Amino acid sequence: MSKQFLFDGRPVAFEDGQTILQAARVAGHYIPHLCWHPDFPPHGSCKLCIVKVAGRHVSSCAMPAKEGMEVESNTPEINGERRALLQMLFVEGNHFCPSCEKSGNCQLQALAYDLEMTGERFAHFFPERPVDASHPDVLLDFNRCIFCELCVRASRDVDGKNVFALTERGINKHLVVNAESGRLADTDLAADDLAANICPVGVILKKRVGFAKPIGERTYDVKPIHLVAMEDGK
Amino acid sequence: MTAELETAEGRETLRKVAIDPVSRIEGHGRVTLLIDDDDQVCEARLHIVEFRGFEVFIQGRPYWEVPVMVQRLCGICPVSHHLAASKALDRVVGAVPPSPAAIQLRRLMHYGQILQSHALHFFHLSSPDMLFGFEAELGKRNIVGVAEAYPDVARQGVLLRKFGQEVIRATAGKRIHGTGAVPGGMNRHLSLADRDALRADADQMVAWSQAAVELVKRLHRADPGLYDVFGVFRSGLASLVRADGAMDLYDGVLRFRDGDGGIILDQVPDQNYRQVLQEDVKSWSYMKFPYLMERGPDLGWYKVGPLARVQNCDFIPSPLAEIERREFIDHGKGDVIHAPLAYHWARMIEMLHAAEVIRDLLDDPACTAGELMAQGTRGKEGVGIIEAPRGTLIHHYQVGDDDLVTMCNLIVSTTHNNQAMNTAVREVAKRYLSGRKLTEGLLNHIEVAIRAFDPCLSCATHALGQMPLVVELAAANGEVIDRVVRD
Ligand code: SF4
Ligand code: FES
Repeated sequence: MSKQFLFDGRPVAFEDGQTILQAARVAGHYIPHLCWHPDFPPHGSCKLCIVKVAGRHVSSCAMPAKEGMEVESNTPEINGERRALLQMLFVEGNHFCPSCEKSGNCQLQALAYDLEMTGERFAHFFPERPVDASHPDVLLDFNRCIFCELCVRASRDVDGKNVFALTERGINKHLVVNAESGRLADTDLAADDLAANICPVGVILKKRVGFAKPIGERTYDVKPIHLVAMEDGK
Repeated sequence: MTAELETAEGRETLRKVAIDPVSRIEGHGRVTLLIDDDDQVCEARLHIVEFRGFEVFIQGRPYWEVPVMVQRLCGICPVSHHLAASKALDRVVGAVPPSPAAIQLRRLMHYGQILQSHALHFFHLSSPDMLFGFEAELGKRNIVGVAEAYPDVARQGVLLRKFGQEVIRATAGKRIHGTGAVPGGMNRHLSLADRDALRADADQMVAWSQAAVELVKRLHRADPGLYDVFGVFRSGLASLVRADGAMDLYDGVLRFRDGDGGIILDQVPDQNYRQVLQEDVKSWSYMKFPYLMERGPDLGWYKVGPLARVQNCDFIPSPLAEIERREFIDHGKGDVIHAPLAYHWARMIEMLHAAEVIRDLLDDPACTAGELMAQGTRGKEGVGIIEAPRGTLIHHYQVGDDDLVTMCNLIVSTTHNNQAMNTAVREVAKRYLSGRKLTEGLLNHIEVAIRAFDPCLSCATHALGQMPLVVELAAANGEVIDRVVRD
């Protein structure tokens, strides 16, 4: 018999080496996540995937599953924490969904809906983050970066280009482009690189697409993220 | 004329009455009256805080975001900004002209906006004053009062507005802040289901709009001493017209008439607006004062909006509204009608026109099929002009090679009407307030004059007339002598 743990009271089978998030997912249980991606090792930065195990809060994307552990995920307490994390993300950057072209395809927005984040709670930081429009095909709107480093990892590990990096710490942390000029135009990023297509929010955007697809017909307009995420392996 | 009332002599010694905020006009309107010791109005000014910050906000943003972003400029006519920006940016992506489907769908969206806005304005904001009189008790002078005394009128008003909103939803994707129009065209067709549902109601909307014109006409005729005279002043007229002189609220060329109806300028391409218009700045107002360059700031100002449009065009290209236009023109007995309250009559004629246009567009196959996007040689600059519910709306952008907006200039309808509204306030202040004690009803006369222009501060959420009115009596040195708050 395979090993099991309890996920919100229900038994979930797992194999050695699987994380809580992975095993839960295979068993059809969704755990909210932003920086985790099925094709990459866990990153553990966004903490949206927190669950409670033996009274402790752990990142389920990084924590290996263990025989007999009891995991609480979809509870008012944990979802409340996730909401607070989202609320912090919203004020750390400049997220203005109504005119953001990623609206409806944005995981941050979709999670906010899913977790019933109805309002703001913290004061906005309003960081100064100018856009980089130098590249002919790709726009960078740094205003919306949540520092998941998916672009960094994709560019380095898959595209083999190392176009992006995070720099500085804490409140000054920000995404930079690895070029002497600091401009995206001076990198070898191409519009069909994985790095140009992986951003879960609206930072790395194909130019001149904008609202070609109507709001209301987009991925998370049509289906909530907890269903979409279980379907397409993301 | 009352130009002398703009800045009074010896204003330091005068008392000031401030009506702030003007009720049923969202927070930013403020009227100040300087009154001397004998209660004579010595100075009257309407201050409107304009949203200039928006232009800076848009600079540095990618152009494709702009039509969605600018909808935030106005709570009532977001669609007008959405379309004016899209039209301007068509030039940047080289969609000149856009595809037939895109044009018809945008027209449909726009006339839906005209219908809903005119219905809102008339039934919710103005009909209470008109049906009950400007001095009627405040508790009655609102849409609830109308619903009690004239249930059919109120109901039709609500349903007309709803129909307009449905047209917007069906074309823009959402009732407010949709994304239907994009630089280069549209991103969606009208669905067959929406078309059929709208079609089923379209004739009824035309009939109710006709009834609304009748109602305004009746009110107007019943009291010509008020309607034809209240706050009247002569000014030029400005609007877009179709190349053949027909009324067209979506697209066309600029035409300007003088106060006697003579055409000053005609067939001005929208892209050339800067060659004919200039904006004057006055130290006491945040809002600029546009004027026709060749006439100068003192003579070159004009009215925009329904009253201007109905008289600026040569004809209305829909049969029922054209009949009404003729009757309206006849009412002027050969002269241009300048009475601010005639705005309401003209507005209802336009609402009827919008209802007819919508009905006909619903039968146009271009709305449900066909290429939505067009492309062409990339441009660096574009102007989009549209006749918004309140009047001519100008959007002007320059876009860099990197796709970011480098320059944005917006002239909204209320700005075009700035001088006209100030003049109306002065007229009313002079005729109705001078030498009398200030009463609630009298103060309301000023609001009625402003409201006739439907400044885009009017806010649906204040339709119940519950917005508090603050009246301040102050010496010109700023010292508040007395203060009345109306809840
Ligand atoms: S740009 Fe997007 S993918 Fe890259 S770190 Fe920021 S949010 Fe993540
Ligand atoms: S998904 Fe686990 S920390 Fe981000």
